[in-house]
Amino acid sequence: MAVKAISEYTAEPKDKVENFNGMQLLYICWHKHLMFCAPFALLVSPNMTFPELWETQIKPAIAPHPDSAKIAVEKIQWELNGKAFEPNQDTSLLELGIDHKSMLTMATPGLNGLYDAGF
Amino acid sequence: MTATKKLNLKQKYQYLTRDMDWEPSYQKKSDIFPQEDFEGIKIVDWDGWEDPFRLTMDAYWKYQAEKEKKLYAIFDAFAQNNGHQNISDGRYVNSLKLFLSGVSPLEYAAFQGYAKVGRQFSGAGARVACQMQAIDELRHSQTQQHAMSHYNKHFNGLHDAPLMHDRVWFLSVPKSFFDDARSAGPFEFLTAISFSFEYVLTNLLFVPFMSGAAYNGDMATVTFGFSAQSDEARHMTLGLEIIKFLLEQHEDNVPIVQKWIDKWFWRGFRLLSLVSMMMDYMLPNKVMSWQEAWEVYYEQSGGALFKDLERYGIRPPKYQDVANAAKEHISHQLWSTFYQYGQATNFHTWIPKKEELDWLAEKYPNSFDKYYRPRFEHWDALQKKGERFYNPTLPQLCQVCQVPVLFTETDDPTAFSHRDTVYKEERYHFCSEACCEIFDNEPEKYIQAWLPVHQIYQGNCGGPDLPSVLSDYYHFNLGEDNLDFSGSPDEKRWNEIKGIKPLDKDDVA
Repeated sequence: MAVKAISEYTAEPKDKVENFNGMQLLYICWHKHLMFCAPFALLVSPNMTFPELWETQIKPAIAPHPDSAKIAVEKIQWELNGKAFEPNQDTSLLELGIDHKSMLTMATPGLNGLYDAGF
Repeated sequence: MTATKKLNLKQKYQYLTRDMDWEPSYQKKSDIFPQEDFEGIKIVDWDGWEDPFRLTMDAYWKYQAEKEKKLYAIFDAFAQNNGHQNISDGRYVNSLKLFLSGVSPLEYAAFQGYAKVGRQFSGAGARVACQMQAIDELRHSQTQQHAMSHYNKHFNGLHDAPLMHDRVWFLSVPKSFFDDARSAGPFEFLTAISFSFEYVLTNLLFVPFMSGAAYNGDMATVTFGFSAQSDEARHMTLGLEIIKFLLEQHEDNVPIVQKWIDKWFWRGFRLLSLVSMMMDYMLPNKVMSWQEAWEVYYEQSGGALFKDLERYGIRPPKYQDVANAAKEHISHQLWSTFYQYGQATNFHTWIPKKEELDWLAEKYPNSFDKYYRPRFEHWDALQKKGERFYNPTLPQLCQVCQVPVLFTETDDPTAFSHRDTVYKEERYHFCSEACCEIFDNEPEKYIQAWLPVHQIYQGNCGGPDLPSVLSDYYHFNLGEDNLDFSGSPDEKRWNEIKGIKPLDKDDVA
């Protein structure tokens, strides 16, 4: 719906990809691991590959959690913006469909956080 | 009206709000009050505006001046007697830091808001009421800062509250709340602030802070609270009058007002999540739990209110049930968030002491021991090993309320209630269905949101690293204002005041 205003009301999005100096935003959520209070907001290069993303961004972000050491990477169930997703090893994030402000969620069956509380 | 020699109050009010007004003769009314129509609100008769207090300017000056005189006498006495030494615990001051940087600037924003809309109504009664409330809000902002300024001499983190309000990541939550209201039309502003905030929710802000101050020996802040109480009562009554006035003027106003109530109830509820954590975690002497406060001040009072408004065709706010169910969770989720981002706050955070954890378990029998106690015990164990947990990444923020996406689904406290939507090929993320709906109703407004995390990544907040953002852009004194209370200069100073020797490491909460 349009904003009711005294004149025509249009606006520019504040977070367009061109404002990020060649980088883009990517959100990562690890299901059932609320030790991290909210999904991560990461700044990533659209040209990096998925293994690079895993090694340089996701792994360090989740490292404080004891479950992170037990993850079998190939068994992670990924979703990209709510749809099942198979990360391909060699192509860039952008080619994989991971565009600006995408949200990747990872479920790790068998690893559901600590204390039976999704922590 | 025929003037007698000495006017009574009612006559004075009549003069001020009706007889001093006039019908324009050579300008169109719509040119003089250009913002009165665009929201779709129809006012048939401005004389229907009843100000229950009928306050006139001279009476206003007189009351407020007397109150102010007493207030500042107590501030002086508080400072001369080193009143800060009599508070319950050094940790208490952190709730003042949150208040000073989060709430006092909102009083100032409210002043600006009322001053602005006080120009926009063609009804003189409404203009006068808004102008007086504008002056109240300005006074509250000033007196709050004066009440707390004494603490700035003795504790860290209080030195630059207005700048922090404009820049610090979590303070964009209160700031954007008022920006949203102030950039709306005048009738939406009144529904947002006078009704939804002042009438429906303000007890949840003021009672915890002012009773919290009383329970924790903070006489300066308590005295401010007393001084503001009569103003708040006036604002609340006005809030209710405004909503009834709008609803009585025209039936077409009902769906518009309902939509605003739905929106601003939720916006206020999200804002108050900061208060929930203050009540349950930051007050060393607890007043009541957030859940109890919510039950008394929203479920009971709000229930009666919306029953009363039913005859106008108004129903309770759309997402009220979600808010009610969340009362067992939000304070714990908020404190977990601030604890793990305690490197990036202008106040200290800590693990609650054992008796505090027990109090929380007693107050939250359904949620605390199952979901939240384990996390605090986990972090406590790490802290005792010297590995205090700080989250090294930045969080995803809600595009509307700007709180990190930390809230959980009503039926599953282990799953975030994240939502997203695509508008003009750009994706947006939200903490909840309700915030997503607010966005969908006015996307052009919220795509402009100044989200602190994204601004940091765009390079607009200094840097390149996080410590330089915190020190250079937020004006934090690193190692003094931020991090855990345990080991902080504040703690050291408090222990010196009280003659407490540093505790054995194992006893440190």
